[in-house]
Amino acid sequence: MVYLTRQEHFNAAHRLYNPEWSYEKNEEVFGKCANENWHGHNYDLYVTIKGEPDAGTGFVFDVKKLGQLVKEHVTEKLDHRNLNLDVDFMKGKMCSTENLVIGIWNELKIHLPPEVHLHCIRLYETPRIFVEYYGE
Amino acid sequence: MSRKVAVFRREHFNAAHRLYNPKWDDATNEKVFGKCALPNYHGHNYEMVVKVTGKPDKKTGYVIDMKTLSDIIQKEVTSKFDHKNLNLDTKEFKKLNPTAENIVVVIYQLLRPHIDKNFDLQVRLYETPRNFVEYPVK
Repeated sequence: MVYLTRQEHFNAAHRLYNPEWSYEKNEEVFGKCANENWHGHNYDLYVTIKGEPDAGTGFVFDVKKLGQLVKEHVTEKLDHRNLNLDVDFMKGKMCSTENLVIGIWNELKIHLPPEVHLHCIRLYETPRIFVEYYGE
Repeated sequence: MSRKVAVFRREHFNAAHRLYNPKWDDATNEKVFGKCALPNYHGHNYEMVVKVTGKPDKKTGYVIDMKTLSDIIQKEVTSKFDHKNLNLDTKEFKKLNPTAENIVVVIYQLLRPHIDKNFDLQVRLYETPRNFVEYPVK
C-alpha cells in the first residue's frame, strides 16, 4: 500500500461568528477572529490517497489528474473567496479550519473516481496551525 | 573595516483585502486585478522580515534589542493589521490600494520614526510563500 499526496493552496477571507450568539459572546469565544470585516489566510491543502501501484503505470493514481480534480472541485471554489459568503458547501456552517477540512473531504469524495481511496486531508490555516481529517 | 551588522526580526499578521481602483469600473478592475478584485475580499498570512543595520553598541553588543524591535513592530504594525480587513479597518489603506508594494512602503513609514536615525531600515513582506516585496531598494 502506498500513500500518495498532492499539495495545493488557496487564499481566502473568513470570520468566526455564530449568529445564534450575541456580539459579546462571539468576541469572548472567537476574539479577533470574529472581526466583522473579515480577515484571511494562505491555506495549504494536502490530499492523500492510498492504493497499490498499478502494474501497467506504476501509479496509485495519475497525480496530475488528482491535482485537476482538487483544483476543479475544491480550490477553484475557495481561492480568492470569502469562505462565509461565497462557498456553497460552507453555507450555514462555522468556517473553522475543522469544518472546512470536513467540507473539503465531502466535496472531493463525491468527485473522485470510485477506485481512488481518499485517506487523509491535511489543511494548514497558517504555517503553525493545521488540521487533519480521515473521514472518520 | 565597517563594523555594521544587519539584524532581522520576523513577524506576521493575517488579514483580508481586495485590489480595487475606485476610479475604474468593475470590468476594468476585474481585467487588471482578476480574482484579487472579487467583492467579498480574500486574505493572506503576511510575513514581515524587518532588517535593521548599524554598528553594535559597545556596552550591550546589540545593534538593537530584538525584544524592543519586536515590541515596535507589534505596536506600530501588527496590532493595526492583524485579523483586520486592510481596505475597511485601517486608516492607511482607506484611499490606497493594498497591494504588497503599497503595504511594504506603509510598514516602512510606520516603523521608520521609531528606529534610530543612524540605522538603516529595510522591510521584506511576504504576501504568500511565493510572492514577496522589499522596500527600500538598495
